Amino acid sequence: MDSALSVSGSPGSKPVKLRVWRQPTPDHEGFYEEFSIPYQKGLNVISCLMAIQRNPVNAQGKSTTPVVWDSNCLEEVCGSCAMNINGKVRMACSALVDKLEQPITLEPLRKFPLVRDLTVNRDRMFDALKQVKAWVQLDGTHNLGPGPRQSPKDQATRYTLSTCMTCASCLEACPQVTLENNFIGAAAISQARLFNLHPSGEMNAEERVHGVMGEGGIQDCGKAQNCVEVCPKEIPLTTSIAKMNRQVTKQVVKDLFFKEDEAEEPAPAV
Amino acid sequence: MAASARFTVVGGGLAGLMTAIKLAEVGQLVDLLSIVPVKRSHSVCAQGGINGAVNTKGEGDHPDIHVKDTLRGGDFLAEQTSVKGMCYAAPGIIYLLDRMGVPFNRTPEGLLDFRRFGGTLHHRTAFSGATTGQQLLYALDEQVRRYEVEGKITKYEHWEWLGAVKDENGRVAGSVAIDLRTLEIRTFPAVAVMLATGGPGIVFGRSTNSVINTGTAAGRAYMEGAIYANGEFIQVHPTSIPGEDKLRLMSESVRGEGGRVWVPKKKGDTREPLQIPESERWYFLEERYPKYKNLVPRDVATREIFDVCRNLGMGIGGRDGVYLDVTHIPAKTLDAKIKGVMEIYEKFVGDDPRKQPMVIFPGMHYSMGGLYVTFEPGKDGTPVPDSPRNQATNIPGLFAGGEADYAYHGANRLGANSLLSCIYAGMIGGPAMVSYAKNSASSAAASGTRLFELAKLFWTERFETLRKMDGKQNPYELGRELGDVMTENVTVVRHNDKVKRTVGRIREMKDRWKGCNVLDVTQNSNRSIVYLNQLWNMLELGEVIAQSALMRDESRGAHYKPEFQLPEPKTKDPREDPEWMKLWKVRHDKWAKTTIARHHPDGPQISYEPLSTPVLDPEPRWYA
Repeated sequence: MDSALSVSGSPGSKPVKLRVWRQPTPDHEGFYEEFSIPYQKGLNVISCLMAIQRNPVNAQGKSTTPVVWDSNCLEEVCGSCAMNINGKVRMACSALVDKLEQPITLEPLRKFPLVRDLTVNRDRMFDALKQVKAWVQLDGTHNLGPGPRQSPKDQATRYTLSTCMTCASCLEACPQVTLENNFIGAAAISQARLFNLHPSGEMNAEERVHGVMGEGGIQDCGKAQNCVEVCPKEIPLTTSIAKMNRQVTKQVVKDLFFKEDEAEEPAPAV
Repeated sequence: MAASARFTVVGGGLAGLMTAIKLAEVGQLVDLLSIVPVKRSHSVCAQGGINGAVNTKGEGDHPDIHVKDTLRGGDFLAEQTSVKGMCYAAPGIIYLLDRMGVPFNRTPEGLLDFRRFGGTLHHRTAFSGATTGQQLLYALDEQVRRYEVEGKITKYEHWEWLGAVKDENGRVAGSVAIDLRTLEIRTFPAVAVMLATGGPGIVFGRSTNSVINTGTAAGRAYMEGAIYANGEFIQVHPTSIPGEDKLRLMSESVRGEGGRVWVPKKKGDTREPLQIPESERWYFLEERYPKYKNLVPRDVATREIFDVCRNLGMGIGGRDGVYLDVTHIPAKTLDAKIKGVMEIYEKFVGDDPRKQPMVIFPGMHYSMGGLYVTFEPGKDGTPVPDSPRNQATNIPGLFAGGEADYAYHGANRLGANSLLSCIYAGMIGGPAMVSYAKNSASSAAASGTRLFELAKLFWTERFETLRKMDGKQNPYELGRELGDVMTENVTVVRHNDKVKRTVGRIREMKDRWKGCNVLDVTQNSNRSIVYLNQLWNMLELGEVIAQSALMRDESRGAHYKPEFQLPEPKTKDPREDPEWMKLWKVRHDKWAKTTIARHHPDGPQISYEPLSTPVLDPEPRWYA
């Protein structure tokens, strides 16, 4: 039975045209392969790629291998399926065919080592999370009662930052990020801010600031602001960068006058 | 056992990560295998929240009431010791997550806020917007990353578990896994292995599950002798958005925050929903369940929506779909509490649910059944801490937890109990593995390298065979066929003739599997060859689910067979109708048993295990 939402396309509706980047291994030359998929209302890019799996034949009628791509949740919370669609980085699951110009061109992320076809290696993003120590230094999983109180306002700020799914859109759009360098990018900088905003996380704020100041750190940001434009979760990444820049400036001064781990004493009352 | 031994945890969702943390915390070494980077695991899809009777709303909530709601919600088929342990541990688990930095929603006083969820009358669900699963997973992912930096946990992301390595006594000595990028096959010696590999949603084709949820690891473990229990109990979530690639979940929290389900009173009404006046709308859940209203348990809500659309033909426009309406709630409130799911609807359907009622329909969501595991009951009725029997499958050294185990949810899971059961399984599963290792004199090291060489050889040859498969059948097409037939016949309403035909169809598909084409013979990131291997395990699990459903001739929780329904009781509260109670008792005594499926090449061997009820005596389940 038909759903009240999705109605099958009429027999006359035009097939969907796709142009997909194919590259069997990083050492092979890449090329575009064209596909033609039967149209249905509500199709997204992932449904098209799934249709190719079920019938791996290109637009010229020639047998080919199924396209290799990354995806998982298909509802924009896992961060897997970022790719370039018609030249713009975005999540393939929420890229609806009806809203895209055809042929739909699918290309892998360019700022990450290619694995195959549309899949790339995004390890550098997870490594950056290590560099900025994006975690609360928990004593253990035993029961120690509730955590610190937080205002609904702080929660709202932290929640927004915490929806970052490490999809790599911000790095892909950033002019400073290249395949050769190690700029940690907006995502990790914003995560440092997230944990520095937490009442317990704040206790290790300096370590995180030092992480952000390290090699490939915040100083490499060129303030192009592309990151905030492309973030699928609309995370205020440039605000995060500005806030962390301020923390870094403070830290630089502090590092000049205090030893590491030394507490900053409150200013004497005048 | 040496001071620190090597363990394997398979699966990077909540259950797997919590197991890994518990192991690392006591100085053990962990190999953590995951098909995807653990941060992308399916736990991210959980939306509404996590239950715990913290009782911050002056309602007199208590873990005992949580136990009762859970057991009743599961129609008295859940494993009671584990349920009691879970509900008692729940407040502590929520506090722990809070300490880890999960941005839970707060009250104006800065305390944790709790919302209502289905199957209870209490505010018991802590939440982080409407992406609670994502936030919980990230908190554990961050702690695991910390241990990774410290060298206690080694991640193997983009690796898939293929099978166990057993010693001559049938004990697990490790695993075999494949690197999904290079197709390298290698063994992972371990003193104990935890399978926290999630549910089998993809066996049903389109579901609310992520694409990795094929159930392949559980299917393989079953083939290797692990018992698969209560396979027939499949939760169909009442509210999902139908889509071509998947059914997107529309959280129960939408109703928890006041969302109302309705259809036009006039069949085939073509007016826009907001043009239909209040008096011409049928709020059928509120009418039929005046106490719980829109928050009846999921199986009940699903059957009602199904009934309204399929039997009464009153779905919107005569098709599958009813309205889920939040347009009466201020947009600001919606954005503060359930923005995540509002955006999903907006992005994938194109309408703004704050202004236009959503159109939803039930979709396959969760498997209550899974790998059979045990628990050692303590004097207080909860699992004995550190007992090696907790979360243990019938294969020594093999543990299971999370959606992959069968224990916590019985015949129907209550909303917001899944995140809890996953984390709790990890919290007791990790220590259970350590205790097991301590009690086992010999371990992987003593098993010798020969065992591992043979296991590796078996799988290497198996993949070479797969690579040579050059038949006409497209495996993805076969997988879709499996999904279609399972969804059509083994979800909301089950008729024996149709389920029986489904079992036959699956057997025939197993034959056709042999005529599959591998589609891709290359080495680099060859997904097709891996899928071909998974597909066989999916067929095995599909067969278990269908065969188990066929043999259980009653209705219980999510398993509904109209042919075997008891008549309606004469009183509103069935317990006041003695004649009906007699019928119920006979039925209950016959079927209040755990379904046990053992693998056999001719098909699953099904038997039933009596259920002990040390915590709560079963009674008829009613919500009116």
